[in-house]
Amino acid sequence: MPADIYLNVAVGGVLTGLVYGLMALGLSVIFGVVRVVNFAHGEMMTIAMYIAVTLFSAFHLDPLLMLVPIAAVLFAFGYILQVRLINPFITRPDTSQFLLLIAVAIIIVNLLLIAFGPDARTVQVSYAYDSFQLGPLLVDATKLYAGLAAIVVAIVLFALFQYTWIGTAIRACADNYTGALVVGLDVKHLYALTFGIGAACVGAAGVMLVLIIDVTPALGPAYTLLAFVIVITGGLGSMPGALVGGVLIGLTEALAGLLFSPSAKSMFAFAILVLVLLFRPQGIMGKRAA
Amino acid sequence: MSAQLSIDAVSKRFRGLVAVDRLSFDVAEGGIFAVIGPNGAGKTTLFNMIAGAFAPDSGAITFAGERIDGLASDRICRRGIGRTFQIVRPFPALSVEDNVIVGALLHRHHVTDARLHANDVLRRLDLYDKRGQRASGLTLPDRKRLEVARALATDPKLLLLDEVMAGLRPTETDRMVAILKELNRDTGLTILLIEHVMRAVMALAGRVLVMHHGAAIAEGAPGEVVRNRAVIDSYLGAEAVA
Amino acid sequence: MIARLIEGIPRRALLLLGALLIVLVAVPLFAGDYLLTVLILILYFAYIGQSWNIMMGFAGQLSLGHALYVGLGAYTAAALYIHYGIGPWLGLLAAVLVAAMAGAFIGFLAFRFRVAGVYFAILTIALAEFARVGFDHWSWTSGSSGLFLPVKQYAHNDLWQLRGYPVMFYYILLAATVAAFIGCRALLQSRVGYFWLAIREDEMAARSAGIDAFHYKMLAVVISAGMTSFAGVIYAFFYNNLFPEQVFHILRSIEIILGPIVGGVGTLFGPILGAFVLTGLAETLTAALAALGVDLPGAKQVFYGICLLLVIVALPGGVWPWLSKRIGLTERNK
Repeated sequence: MPADIYLNVAVGGVLTGLVYGLMALGLSVIFGVVRVVNFAHGEMMTIAMYIAVTLFSAFHLDPLLMLVPIAAVLFAFGYILQVRLINPFITRPDTSQFLLLIAVAIIIVNLLLIAFGPDARTVQVSYAYDSFQLGPLLVDATKLYAGLAAIVVAIVLFALFQYTWIGTAIRACADNYTGALVVGLDVKHLYALTFGIGAACVGAAGVMLVLIIDVTPALGPAYTLLAFVIVITGGLGSMPGALVGGVLIGLTEALAGLLFSPSAKSMFAFAILVLVLLFRPQGIMGKRAA
Repeated sequence: MSAQLSIDAVSKRFRGLVAVDRLSFDVAEGGIFAVIGPNGAGKTTLFNMIAGAFAPDSGAITFAGERIDGLASDRICRRGIGRTFQIVRPFPALSVEDNVIVGALLHRHHVTDARLHANDVLRRLDLYDKRGQRASGLTLPDRKRLEVARALATDPKLLLLDEVMAGLRPTETDRMVAILKELNRDTGLTILLIEHVMRAVMALAGRVLVMHHGAAIAEGAPGEVVRNRAVIDSYLGAEAVA
Repeated sequence: MIARLIEGIPRRALLLLGALLIVLVAVPLFAGDYLLTVLILILYFAYIGQSWNIMMGFAGQLSLGHALYVGLGAYTAAALYIHYGIGPWLGLLAAVLVAAMAGAFIGFLAFRFRVAGVYFAILTIALAEFARVGFDHWSWTSGSSGLFLPVKQYAHNDLWQLRGYPVMFYYILLAATVAAFIGCRALLQSRVGYFWLAIREDEMAARSAGIDAFHYKMLAVVISAGMTSFAGVIYAFFYNNLFPEQVFHILRSIEIILGPIVGGVGTLFGPILGAFVLTGLAETLTAALAALGVDLPGAKQVFYGICLLLVIVALPGGVWPWLSKRIGLTERNK
């Protein structure tokens, strides 16, 4: 196969990978701070995707324009979920919280199934089939916009955590729960904010993803797993790691799909996960997990 | 009496900190040996190396003539060294009896035999009456005795006790001391203990080692050691000896 | 030996168990086809739940990919039957071996490399998914188009070939569930059982009491995997078709854990109670909805999700411990 096909596929993979990275970023933030393994992550993304699809088919609104409102809705959802359901379980063993979120995931997937049916939905934007020519590269417009949007949101997020008071307070909670309480931080509220931010991230990623793939209710689990693979590969608790992991997985997926068979690509992601869990559990850029 | 346990120039560092610094001493079979010293002196690190939680960086640990440094904790227990933890770790959901049966099962293959042995141990540790209670519901002194009972049930030749008196009131301390003394006298069990409670150290130990900054600063009979200038300055304080 | 098995269990509990057994043995005589199918499903989940419980409830390892062993058992026996005409009971031997090896592989990876807790769960999910995609592409088992067992009209029950009426499968599963129940009870009372509980409670303390945790965790995984594969064989010969997408799917793995968690992880009767409660109620729900003329695919799963949520929030130990205290059945050792 000619080299530029590889290149095109690779670039497409990297761009999609950025979106995956954003999704994984949400998971990493939640785990890094609240220390909860969010098994309902992919399901939250699916909610966002369905909102985007519904708004599109009703009002013809471009998903990217709806990015901020939809992310806000997911933020609220995440916040409420944390405060009402998860927070009382902070002191319970890890597996309890995990199972709790599995229950939430099951409920969401099937409510979506009841509401929207099992058929795939798509969003056909006006530029769905456009592409840009950059030298030898042929880049899909949808992927390009999605990738760029992902970078923008990621930058906003980094800025939030580095430069704002809220961001610092959240990082303090992650570092030292008791210490944060002692200095008077409202940890419960900050945890909820963090969960909300993580949910907003994944919601934003979902909106971008809607341009690239079809939406079905059962999408959730596959993407939750993908988010785990990325976060563990890139390094738990490392925000840049999530993006790096995302790009790596997006790239691997795309090339594996090209070289082997499209449906086998998830096998590679899992193979990477197993290797990382065994040989470098802290991931590429992570600190040693607590 | 021959040395049952031999610590030979053992060292351990954690990144920049030297926790144990070329430490050497011997523990005679059938004796009661105490290791004392200020917090951070390296006592628990020493215990952890003997018990197999991690290996020393250099030096050798020999037990009953064989090298044990670097072996995993379960193998060390099977060789005959039982240990208790500074912060007690009973099996919370199991009953007192079942906790000790787990220990007794190490060298016995039938639960009935193990139960008989466990009950003997429980009687010795004064816990027989509470054998049906859940471990998580016990008071601290009882949990400490349970910890000792479980370790004892594994038929050790050497028992490592890590601050087993901590948090006990004087009457409870005396009770534990009496139990340990009786154990040592009746069965010849060697006991190596880390202790801060000097009352217990003076009552129990035949020999004392004082550690400071990972190294030994004094070793000998309890009476001599507590009068040692360096020991008084670094740990005991003048009032303790007066 | 029987005396030891029932030692410590209050007489009321034994009587109730006996009564339940008699009812279950007699039920096919009056039950209609639909009820029988529901009961088969209940017993299937009770059996698998009991097998899963060994890994989680006894040895403390959370497996969220147990569908892997069901699938491996099903495909091994089915493929051997189709390609070589090997009867299912012989195929079972191969199925158990394959599943046990898969379990040993997972256990070895996890325990040698200290992959524990949530990470272990994720590893099990990943490997089940790996199998799902892998089998989708494996032509010897017909890949994603599905593996079909030849179904001829049968005039009688052929136990050896596992061809027959649902009633036959019912009694097989009933026998298996009873055997698993008794087996687990025996295991718990044995040296192995004590060591498993110690590991579950506090692995480090267990190791310093001389227990070779690696060895016993591996044992739990291998036994659990092997037992589960039997259910897979039954599945294959009952439904007569296998699709990797369905058999290995993570939703199957989650269905497997619902019963024991709702019923009570680590208890003997929990998985059985859980299976009855969940499947029984779910089917009632579906029937009620159907009677109202409503067809909601996914309603059953929402129900499962809500049950799981309620149990974790309100009754984290499961329904059985709570229930048994209520009706005065607590025994010394669950």
